[in-house]
Amino acid sequence: MTSMQPAISFRARQRRNDFLLDVAFEGGSGITALFGPSGAGKTTVLNIIAGIQRPDSGRVAVSNHILVDTEADIFLPPHRRHVGFVFQDAQLFPHLTVEQNIKFGRWFSRGEDVSPPLDIVANVLGIEGLLRRRPATLSGGEKQRVGLARALLAAPRILLMDEPLSGLDDARRNEIMGLIERVRDDFKVPILYVTHTREEVRRLATQVIWLKAGRVEAVGLASELPQA
Amino acid sequence: MLGFSADEWTAIFLSLRVATVATLVALPFAIFAAYALARWRFPGKILLDSVLHLPLVMPPVVTGYLLLLTFGKQGAVGKLLYNLLGISFSFRWTGAALACGIMGFPLMLRAIRLSFDTIDRRLEIAAGTLGANPGWRFLLVTLPLALPGIVAGAILCFARALGEFGATITFVSNIPGETQTIPSAIYTYIQMPGGEAQALRLTCVSIAIAMVALVVSEILNRRIHRHIAVFE
Repeated sequence: MTSMQPAISFRARQRRNDFLLDVAFEGGSGITALFGPSGAGKTTVLNIIAGIQRPDSGRVAVSNHILVDTEADIFLPPHRRHVGFVFQDAQLFPHLTVEQNIKFGRWFSRGEDVSPPLDIVANVLGIEGLLRRRPATLSGGEKQRVGLARALLAAPRILLMDEPLSGLDDARRNEIMGLIERVRDDFKVPILYVTHTREEVRRLATQVIWLKAGRVEAVGLASELPQA
Repeated sequence: MLGFSADEWTAIFLSLRVATVATLVALPFAIFAAYALARWRFPGKILLDSVLHLPLVMPPVVTGYLLLLTFGKQGAVGKLLYNLLGISFSFRWTGAALACGIMGFPLMLRAIRLSFDTIDRRLEIAAGTLGANPGWRFLLVTLPLALPGIVAGAILCFARALGEFGATITFVSNIPGETQTIPSAIYTYIQMPGGEAQALRLTCVSIAIAMVALVVSEILNRRIHRHIAVFE
């Protein structure tokens, strides 16, 4: 991988009922924010990258790995993409302990050597004390931290985050944002971060892709995103 | 022993064996069918759904007669199985198990399908993004989360199999030691002068087994619920 290689290159067109998504962008290392109001198509973009949805046409590559190329008839299934997903509501497996949850992806990852060590991830995210607990006993912020750890331990080539702070109060949001910054800096994994909050964009992201009604409205530096 | 005659014990053990085998053999088919009906779209789905539920609404005698026509010595499938594998159902306890399994199948299918329906599909998606292929997703996420329904369905099928009478007696008759389960034995004793006491004893056994099955199902269910904390 050369340094000029974008962490992600995305181009997709998809029509679902009345909604047309027609988006193309590239994202670098660090955090790229996908910003826009609800209904802009942000989650659809993540779903296409993760393989949950199939675009009508387009091409998606993460570093130099092609995930989707409709012209070449390539569509990797989700489990072969090495794309980490942090869901809005964590989606932890309720029948497994926290430790089993975060080890889940490592069983299937490209090999233990590329996964970050569990104790380091647990330490960075402050979940060492939660390992034997069940998801049902965790608070919202704890669930999100576990979800982040679970995605990291699968050794993803890119981490997709779908409004991971939306269910949390202000104190927890701040705390998780600090952790996301640490993940960005310590684990060097590129992150595509979906949000409709300007504050999160300015604090976390380097670059921002502004989506509106299924199209790219603007692309720019996160620091230059207007206040309102 | 316990005042039961040898014939009564035979009927009790035969009933338990028939119901256990019927449930265990039907279970994988029920899980597969329930999953297919809950998750897949395919032509003829409604038809398949109805056919699988037919034993629930058809007179058991009709089911038994159809089994006789299909799996009996002269039946198309029965002949084939006998010639190819040496398996025979006619007038054998295996036939009783087949009849009981088919009669209990819809009950098991419904319970399992319901539990598949209630599983949050996004958990399976999450497992997929973590690298689990569809097979592993099913084994590690879907199946354990459906366990309460699977246990409940298996117990319902077991209970139904213990009580099966019409289809069994039509298909494999009422042969002591081979196909005479508790209900057929009760029927025989009622027909027999002076058999009331025996009929009553076996009736009590039936009630006891049903109660135990229900209690075990309740205990298992509580354990599983505590284990997977479905009420998150």
